[in-house]
Amino acid sequence: MTLHELTIAEAGERLRAGEVSSSDLLEAALDRASLTEAQLHAYLTIDREGARETARRADADLADGIDHGPLHGVPVALKDNMCTRGVETTASSQILAGYIPPYDATVTRKLKEAGAVIVGKTNLDEFAMGSSTENSAYGTSYNPWDIGRVPGGSSGGSAAAVAIGSAFAALGSDTGGSIRQPASLTGVVGLKPTYGTVSRYGLIAFASSLDQIGPLSRSVQDAAFMLEAIWGHDPLDATSYAGEYPQPSAALDDGVSGMKVGVVKELAGEGYEPAVETAVSAMVDKLSDAGAAVVEVSLPTFDIALSAYYLIAPAEASANLARFDGVRYGHRGEGATTETLMARTRAEGFGPEVTRRVLLGTYALSAGYYDAFYGQAQKVRSAIQEDFSRAYESVDVLVSPTSPTVAFEAGARMDDPLAMYLSDICTIPSNLAGHPAISIPIGLDEQNLPIGFQVMAPALGETVMFQVAAAVETLAGFAERPVLEELAS
Amino acid sequence: MPIDIDIAHVARLARLDLTAEELESYKTQLDVILDHATQVQSLEGDPREESAHPLGLVNAFRQDERRPSLDRDEVLSQAPETKDGYFVVPPAMETQ
Repeated sequence: MTLHELTIAEAGERLRAGEVSSSDLLEAALDRASLTEAQLHAYLTIDREGARETARRADADLADGIDHGPLHGVPVALKDNMCTRGVETTASSQILAGYIPPYDATVTRKLKEAGAVIVGKTNLDEFAMGSSTENSAYGTSYNPWDIGRVPGGSSGGSAAAVAIGSAFAALGSDTGGSIRQPASLTGVVGLKPTYGTVSRYGLIAFASSLDQIGPLSRSVQDAAFMLEAIWGHDPLDATSYAGEYPQPSAALDDGVSGMKVGVVKELAGEGYEPAVETAVSAMVDKLSDAGAAVVEVSLPTFDIALSAYYLIAPAEASANLARFDGVRYGHRGEGATTETLMARTRAEGFGPEVTRRVLLGTYALSAGYYDAFYGQAQKVRSAIQEDFSRAYESVDVLVSPTSPTVAFEAGARMDDPLAMYLSDICTIPSNLAGHPAISIPIGLDEQNLPIGFQVMAPALGETVMFQVAAAVETLAGFAERPVLEELAS
Repeated sequence: MPIDIDIAHVARLARLDLTAEELESYKTQLDVILDHATQVQSLEGDPREESAHPLGLVNAFRQDERRPSLDRDEVLSQAPETKDGYFVVPPAMETQ
């Protein structure tokens, strides 16, 4: 197995055995990027020199007996909506073209402290609004399994980089499924942790009550390593959780015998591709054969979760994006007064999807409509939390497809916002409830496109969620890697 | 609830200087999305509170103590126009 295909766990073993250096791992990832970026466009910025310097330091530290833990010397990528001091951060928007953050996001700082080597910044839908990366102002990323298709989104660049090996793992952000859906579409593991457990300080805000940072990786164990490095209470995030944290790695080998698994009735049927449903059913059967008690569970409010999400997320976005006004950073348009300058700046700087959501959110919050839309959506959110609570009285975890479909063709949904929004139908409920959820690759369809399996758990239920995810990974035995046809010869 | 969006008013509130053509196109798209979103009004059962944070956090206060802020020159270096340590903008009101 070549270096760029290793998991973090495997790379770490070789690193500590002295068989490879961090610089070797980094060069393997950079070579992979040189070979694939023209087709995939996973990255917006690759910080070759900065990464090489960090890798050299990681090697020197290890030689001196200083070991920062599982991520020490491991090349990772960051979605470009997380601030990196001195390295351009755009959130894939023209309005932030050239923006050099004067500070590191908490996750950036924590990855550096864990000894990780930051390769670069990955592409996303502008301000993380989208499900395909096609809303990026800097061009679409493509799926390593089929370069005519999208890698999903919004963390599509991170997903493509991890799948093809130009990073060993990456961070994404998940507001309605933006880590899990691209993980599913590219055959990697993607995790959204419990809301409040990973600091949002330095994450360019989309919808603050939903946004959560999490890892994309090539194994469940690697996702746990990444999560353990980045989470924890942070006084710089007012919504940060200050209590006891779960133990993601504690029960990875414990299996599912005696576990109660609920299959969500509402996340199946019309709109779900047969290959996805078949693969998910087969995995449910395997869980049952492995000793889990499987039952079907109904969570009726899931049917209106998407509607609630498309009021709450744009409403919060319209408030968060008010800061982009051409005064303190980023693009500035022309205007004779402050107001006309701001309005021109924003019209020029925001792409169509962002403009659409800012308008939608402004409307949903405006006088006379608040109760009917935003207020009502927040009540739906309470109802979804009640549905989850009721379900978790009888099961330990809930399972479903991660996405109703495999990766779709570039351009296929760009003229129909609602069809694009339906990509997130399986992932949105966990965001509205603030619960953790993970996508694990379980197989390929007849076109060789990956299918993801979602495991959801109650708030702070990461330990049991990882236990089931690790079992799913073992039962699936998914070991395929994408081969770019142009590179195969 | 019939939806009739005054899109020009909404764009003004959002500080978006859009053309008449763009406004018309966004209005059509918003109509479709809002038509779907009215499903939230079909929620059945007992009246519920609005909720936001899943773990029931209500507020968080930091310690009232001095700590270093971001470097001023580094922050100002990102601004389109500055003068004497301030951000510069055109007049907030039209001048006669």
